[in-house]
Amino acid sequence: MTDAPILIRNATLIDPASGTETRGHLAVADGVIVEIGAGIDPVAVPDGARVVDANGKVLAPGLVDLRAFVGEPGAEHRETLASASRAAAAGGVTTVVCMPDTDPPVDDPAVVDFLIRRARDTAQVRMIPAAALTKGLAGQEMSEIGLLQKAGAAFCTDGAKALVDPLVMRRALTYARDFGALIVQHVEEPRLAGGVMNEGELASRLGLPGIPREAETLMLERDMRLVRLTRGRYHAAMISCADSVEIMRAAKKAGLPVTCGVSINNLALNENDIGPYRTFLKLSPPLRHEDDRLAVVAALAEGVIDVVVSDHDPQDVETKRRPYAESADGAIGIQTMLSVGLRLVHAGEIGLLPLLRAMSTRPADILGLPQGRLAVGAPADLILFDPDEPYVLDPAKLHSLCKNTPFDEARLQGVVHLTVVGGKVVHEVD
Amino acid sequence: MSTKPVFPHRHLLGIEGLSPHDITTLLDMADVAVEVSRQVEKKKTTLRGRTQINLFFEASTRTQSSFELAGKRLGADVMNMSVASSSIKKGETLIDTAMTLNAMRPDLIVVRHHAAGAVHLLARKVDCSVINAGDGAHEHPTQALLDALTIRRNKGEIRGLVVAICGDLLHSRVARSNIILLNALGAEVRAIGPSTLLPAGLDRMGCKVFTSMKEGLKGADIVMMLRLQRERMNGSFVPSVKEYFHFYGLDAEKLAFAKPDALVMHPGPMNRGVEIASDIADGAQSLIREQVEMGVAVRMAVLEALASHLPNG
Repeated sequence: MTDAPILIRNATLIDPASGTETRGHLAVADGVIVEIGAGIDPVAVPDGARVVDANGKVLAPGLVDLRAFVGEPGAEHRETLASASRAAAAGGVTTVVCMPDTDPPVDDPAVVDFLIRRARDTAQVRMIPAAALTKGLAGQEMSEIGLLQKAGAAFCTDGAKALVDPLVMRRALTYARDFGALIVQHVEEPRLAGGVMNEGELASRLGLPGIPREAETLMLERDMRLVRLTRGRYHAAMISCADSVEIMRAAKKAGLPVTCGVSINNLALNENDIGPYRTFLKLSPPLRHEDDRLAVVAALAEGVIDVVVSDHDPQDVETKRRPYAESADGAIGIQTMLSVGLRLVHAGEIGLLPLLRAMSTRPADILGLPQGRLAVGAPADLILFDPDEPYVLDPAKLHSLCKNTPFDEARLQGVVHLTVVGGKVVHEVD
Repeated sequence: MSTKPVFPHRHLLGIEGLSPHDITTLLDMADVAVEVSRQVEKKKTTLRGRTQINLFFEASTRTQSSFELAGKRLGADVMNMSVASSSIKKGETLIDTAMTLNAMRPDLIVVRHHAAGAVHLLARKVDCSVINAGDGAHEHPTQALLDALTIRRNKGEIRGLVVAICGDLLHSRVARSNIILLNALGAEVRAIGPSTLLPAGLDRMGCKVFTSMKEGLKGADIVMMLRLQRERMNGSFVPSVKEYFHFYGLDAEKLAFAKPDALVMHPGPMNRGVEIASDIADGAQSLIREQVEMGVAVRMAVLEALASHLPNG
């Protein structure tokens, strides 16, 4: 680390780990936070430091995103580690966990190793691969959970697919427990999820087959039973409905080692946003009813839902410019996750502190990583942003190679002015 | 051409979005078209010089020939394109096909596609008027219009009638368009079928929902039967054809629950002995053949109404 020290003065320091908000300054050297002070300026500026005047803007830990799909290896035309990391840096995300649904899939320690080295050489933010939970993501045989973890995988998951077979899940949870490895599940029973949007009146009106909430709750309930049986560490990647919130609440109350996430899309949008068959809003889990959206927002504020993920999933014209039912699931979101989250803050639906906690401290804790907090000695993964600054989203300004954003031309607030990863400035705008 | 009836839409993508006035305008125009079609000289010149393309991604005999005749009777040059047969089933091909056809400067495109919303997608990509001839389980507006025309000509008025729509409403675009249209014109709409074939939220779409033919048909003026696709008959949605016909097939016994002067309709093609008994289909209360005749008239009316929006229309 030979980057010059950085001093950020006159900032609103928000540390979700300690739950504090103070006006002050912060100094970075050798990749870590070396000083946090309550005064607008420090007593002495470190030698050779670059001084940034925050002008009262918010200085917070960089965001940690537990769920992004990147096309490398195999689908580099959709997204590379480099392009995803540029989008992440611009959006204030400093740690990204990449899903194993690649070609070849990340089910071999050598692929984990390749991705880690490739990210080191090409990416601007920390990109950590998640490994496949089963070989070839086929849901049949457990992958090398111990070796994959040793190679540096963040956790094991079958990515966009649920692990359906209860016996395989039971054994994976049991085996993973010995290594303290985390298992992440896309909670959706595929045999009930044959539809293409939330089941209900709107799907009926559009003539589209629906996905009932029970596709999610059935799988989640089952997995809670298996966790109780095995005591393996389990994280539900994304929940989308009120009933799932109650299942998670009960499981946590019973002391099970479980956590869960929610997609930024399910927090900010509901099924009505699909409108006249907008394929950019075809997602998995599907956008649900407004009552479900309100329930997941409340659960996030309450802490029943631990983390917010971007569920960043680049899809191109080939897969999205089709009739709704025939188009692929997924939306990009890593660059807009913070702004869209701030929409909830501005609407008074959640406080800024709990939002940032669910986007930085909590996911870092789940991964067992030291970032996600403003503390002396912690990695200098920082963002400086103005939560009020308005802008209209221009898809051309998104760094992702695909432009399938549900927030096309949306009016958003919150601009990231500075992103620092390990003490190095990776994004900066005036 | 100030004498032309006012129809304020450039496309006909569904019944949703049409006002009751729009609907009656089309039905009035269709009444005139019926007379034209019954003359020896059936040819008009309204669409002379216009090009109509029938783009069918799904096989159809009656709807496609009905649109073809309608266009020809109005003097249009009609081209039929069937893309159902081959491997071309992908959406990007839909858009590519639309762009290609658009470059040939048609005036009207009639589209049928197996995916809901596909016709909306296509309408956004072309410059001409687009008519939905059925998109997935979403809408089939000309079928609902021809059903309404048939009912109006037989019952005088649609307002106040009890219309029972029976069978597989879950997969039916005909049912959706009819529910919207009949509600708009003030009929009481009932849905009858096994719960596995009824979509969620039907009650909020303006239907009284029944699972028994006896209760649902009580006091009905119109009994509208829907086709049950063969692949849905054996254990997936209903246990067997035999059981389905026993509980939901329209025979004389079940028809007797409706009003004595109730009339029977079916959008075709029929599965005799599955959703309807042969003697009922061919009986005195059946309007099924008249529906086919009204189909041509309604499609003439729709083509004419949209043609008034074309350049120099």
